[in-house]
Parts: sequence; structure tokens; C-alpha cells
Amino acid sequence: MNAIELTNVTVVLGGQPVVDGIEAAVARGEWVALIGPNGAGKTTLLRAIARLVPFAGSIALEGRDTEELHRAELSRLLAVVPQEPSTPPWMTVAEYVLLGRTPHLGALAKEGRRDREAAARALARLDLLEYRERRLGTLSGGEKQRVVVARALAQEARIILLDEPTASLDIGHQQQALELLDVLRGESELTLVAAMHDLTLAAQYANRMVLLDRGHVAADGVPRDVLTEAAIARHYGASIDVVPVGGRIAVIPRRTTSNT
Amino acid sequence: MVAAAEHASDVRARGLSPLWASAAVAFLLFALVVGVLVGPIDLGIGGVLESTAAHLHLPGVSSPLSPTEEAILWQIRVPRVVLAALVGGMLALAGATYQGVFRNPLADPYLLGVAAGAGLGATIAIAYLPAGLRGQRALPVAAFVGGAVAVVLTYAVGRSAKRERDAATLVLAGVTVAAFFTAWQTFLQQQNAETLQQVYTWILGNIPSTGWSDVVLILPYVAVATVVILALRRVVDVLNLGDDEAASLGVNVRRVRLALVVAATLGTAAAVAVSGLIGFVGIIVPHAIRLLSGVGYRALLPLSVIVGAGFLVLADVIARTALSPAEIPLGVVTAFFGAPFFALVLRTTRGGGT
Repeated sequence: MNAIELTNVTVVLGGQPVVDGIEAAVARGEWVALIGPNGAGKTTLLRAIARLVPFAGSIALEGRDTEELHRAELSRLLAVVPQEPSTPPWMTVAEYVLLGRTPHLGALAKEGRRDREAAARALARLDLLEYRERRLGTLSGGEKQRVVVARALAQEARIILLDEPTASLDIGHQQQALELLDVLRGESELTLVAAMHDLTLAAQYANRMVLLDRGHVAADGVPRDVLTEAAIARHYGASIDVVPVGGRIAVIPRRTTSNT
Repeated sequence: MVAAAEHASDVRARGLSPLWASAAVAFLLFALVVGVLVGPIDLGIGGVLESTAAHLHLPGVSSPLSPTEEAILWQIRVPRVVLAALVGGMLALAGATYQGVFRNPLADPYLLGVAAGAGLGATIAIAYLPAGLRGQRALPVAAFVGGAVAVVLTYAVGRSAKRERDAATLVLAGVTVAAFFTAWQTFLQQQNAETLQQVYTWILGNIPSTGWSDVVLILPYVAVATVVILALRRVVDVLNLGDDEAASLGVNVRRVRLALVVAATLGTAAAVAVSGLIGFVGIIVPHAIRLLSGVGYRALLPLSVIVGAGFLVLADVIARTALSPAEIPLGVVTAFFGAPFFALVLRTTRGGGT
């Protein structure tokens, strides 16, 4: 059974199809990087999978149609790490990570021992146990990113969607964050779908890339097949060189002007 | 993972800490005692205590108070203090709820047009009802109906919006409805200038000395609203992350928000119906608690009820004694003393925020 299955998914925003008839499937344990130029529909597609935006067609998670799931059931299958998560400065790390338990609780319930254990496990995985009493307002950008991932882990969903997980991080923290996700994926058989702008970075970690352009799937395959000079020129309008480095590939922008 | 399980008991959300809870309850008790003891006729703390014991049917105790003093205590002072506590607790709770649900630190209990609707209802009652009917009974009912109509209208306008129906749409609808109702009310006032004074008095707010009838009138609404909001207090912390994140955490945002807003609004409409428009309580009480204690909504909401109740009881004591026998409008007292206090809290704390 596939983790995610998209059948003819279309999202219309403001009269324009932003995601247009997408067919795709993501196997369990896959790491899929969703790439494409600005406005290609990456974020909208992620939002459709999380049922945060109305769509036509059907989306199934672990074989279950998302339209037929209760909101809480859906959130037990799938966690979202938004591009700009809201991190109230007064909230402690423990409180924030415990919010990840919300889909496991009724609207009137409060967290029990099981929930605190799940949150403690998530904090331990991300080396954040020492931080549990810290206010979010006192954390650095990289620490906040880890806290948000910890919340997604505490949710105990098998699928995690990430929207630009490295956008606000420096190169060291970018690497740490993605290494961490990779380790977690291996340990917990997570399925990861991440919208990413940094193609070189995406190529190091994702075992599959889906290139979107104007709401369509323009290419789908292993990074080496998707990231070609022709494809990037055509869909991003960019001149690049694809350079093989130690068995992987890097994308380097090529200067086109010649004034010195 | 053994280590993580050991830490599970350390990983918890700060609920209502015993320290803050007892401080709030002590403040409320202090306010209640002051509210009952202070007045034009000195009943004496011993007399009040013995009379209370007698009313509780404690064996061997009889009230030392005269029948007149008994009446002053149990038919005027105690119900007024209880009413002020109910109104203050409700306004502070509604304010905190709106601030969480709409993620707006400036949201107050009158956000969705309750005030304008209640004002219009009160104005219509004062201007058009025959003097005999107008008195104690009709005014709160008219104000409540006006407030409720305004909020239903706000929801209808909000829901008819073609764009995405988010929290901001509802607030805009509230502003629209409030503007319309206020214009209507102003027009009616202009046409009925002779009743201007009475409308004005109502708008500035006061806790009436009407015995237990107003308490009985609003208690069911305030009780239901408080129970609903406090039962959902954990979810308010989730909603505070925004609609998308709350939804992706499994919350049915629209339904929960509706339940919270309806509860807060119904309670506010009931409070406004008997007390008029008492400003500032719904904003300063939650913010003062937040700034002092730095807690999340799950603790802020119950604390707001307790502190709001105590705050308004004390404000009412000032309103009825400062220029005794004249009364200062309660809305004037809450702002006059509340604003400097809040400025002080702002000055002496850092961090916090919403």
C-alpha cells in the first residue's frame, strides 16, 4: 500500500488551477523532494494533501481517502511542518511539543502519561530534553526548527510534510536538519515529502524528486534524472551546470553576463 | 528510549499553578469581603460573619443584625457584589477567549458587535417603551436581544463572504454590523433627546442594586459560557497557532471556534444586559495576568474569571463610595484605575506578549 496516492488532484485558487490534475504515488519510507519554480504549486499541493485547501480528485493516505477521515484521524496519519510555523514566545518547549498530541486527545481532554511519554521521546530524539522548560521566545532559529520537528514527531504520524524546512537556516543548520530527518526516517519508517528550493541540498537527501511547473508534474524520478541542465533551463529559466560530486550531483548557477 | 520515559513526568504543560491560583483566589476573597463590608451603613465584620453563619443554619448562632441591616446585607449588598463578580469574571473570560481565538491582543468582549447591538436594544427600550415597562425588567432583556441579534447578523455577514472565511472576515463583519447599529442608535438618540441622559448612563455602565433578580437573570448564561470555555481551554492554545496549524493538529477549527465565540458572546450579552458597557476589563485583566505570570491560555482562562470577578467588585466599591451618595459610572472607574495600573504592569515586565 502506498503512503500517499494522488488521483487527478486539482486545486483552483482565484479561478486559476494552481495544481492541475496531478497523479502521483509515494511509497512508504520514501523521501520525496517537491521542487519547481515559485508559483509551481508546491505549497498548494502540500496543503491539499493535508486537506487544508479544497481540491477536486482524490487523495488517499495509507489507503484511506482523506475526505472520509475525521480531522483528528487525518492528523494521526500525517503531520505538517509549515514554512513559517507560529511559535508563541511565551510557550515552553514542552508545552509546544505536547500540542503535537492534540489529534490523540478529545477536544475536552488534557494530556495523560502516554502523551507526556510521546513528547519526551520526541524531545529526546532531537536532544531537546534539557530545553523543555525554555520559552520559545528565547530560542535561536535552528533550535526553533528542531522544536517544530519534535512537535511533528510527538504527533506520531507516519507521514510528514515539510514546506521549505531549511529556508531560514544557515548551511550548518540546513545540513543538521536534513541529516536528522534522514535518521528519523530510517528509525521510524517515516515517509517524508518536502518542498525545497535548494536543489543541491535536495539532491543529497531525497531519493526521489518531483518537479512541478504550473501545477503539472514536469518530471519525476531519481535526482540524477530530474535535475538536468535542459529541465532546469526550461522550467526555472535558469542556466546551470550539473556537476557530479562523489557519486551525487550539485547544481551550480552559470553566470551569463560577461562584463568584468 | 528508557531515558525518555523517565523524563515523561517532567514534560508537562504549565497548568494552573498552585501559586497563581491561590493568589487569584485570595484576591477575589479580599475583594468580596471589601465589597460586602464597605457601604454607607457600617455592618461590622463580626455582624456580617455571624449573620452569614446564621444564614448557613450553623447551630447556636443567631444574627446580631437588625432586620433593616439584614435586608441591606442580603438584599442589596451581597447580590450587588455577586453580580459585579459575575459580570467582571465573564467580561475578562470573554476578552481572553476572543484574544486567543482571533489571535488579536486587542480583541475585547464587544468585538463582534455585542456592544452596539445591546446599546441599540437599550436605546429602543428607553425611548419607546412606556415608562412603567421600561424600568428594571425590560431594559436588560432589550439589551440582551439587541446584542444577540447583532452577533447573529455578524455571523451571517461573515459567512456570506465569498473569500476565505477566516477569523479576520468575522472581525470585519463585526465592525460592519457595529457601525450600522451605532449609527441607528445615534439617530434614535437624536430623535429622542429627552432620554439621552438615561441612555448615556446605561452606556457608561453600572452594577445595579436590584437584589437577586439580575443575578438570577444572567447566572445561567454566565455559568454555561464559563463551563464551555474552560472545558475547551487547551484547544485555545492550539487555535492560537493559527487556523492552518490548528487544523493540521487535528482540530476542527470552525466548529471549536464557533463554540467558543458563541459561549463568550452569549455570556457577554448577558453581562452587558444588566451592567451596560463596562470597558477595559476584558483587555486589561487577561493581559495583566499574562504579563505577570507568562502562562498560556489553559491557565489564563480560569485565572481571568477569578481575577476579573475580584477586579470588578473592587471597581464597583470605588464607583459607589468615592462620591457617595452619588455613583460614578463603573466604566469610568475601570478605565481610570485600570489604565494606570496596566501602564505600570507594562513598564515593569518584559517578554510576555500574546
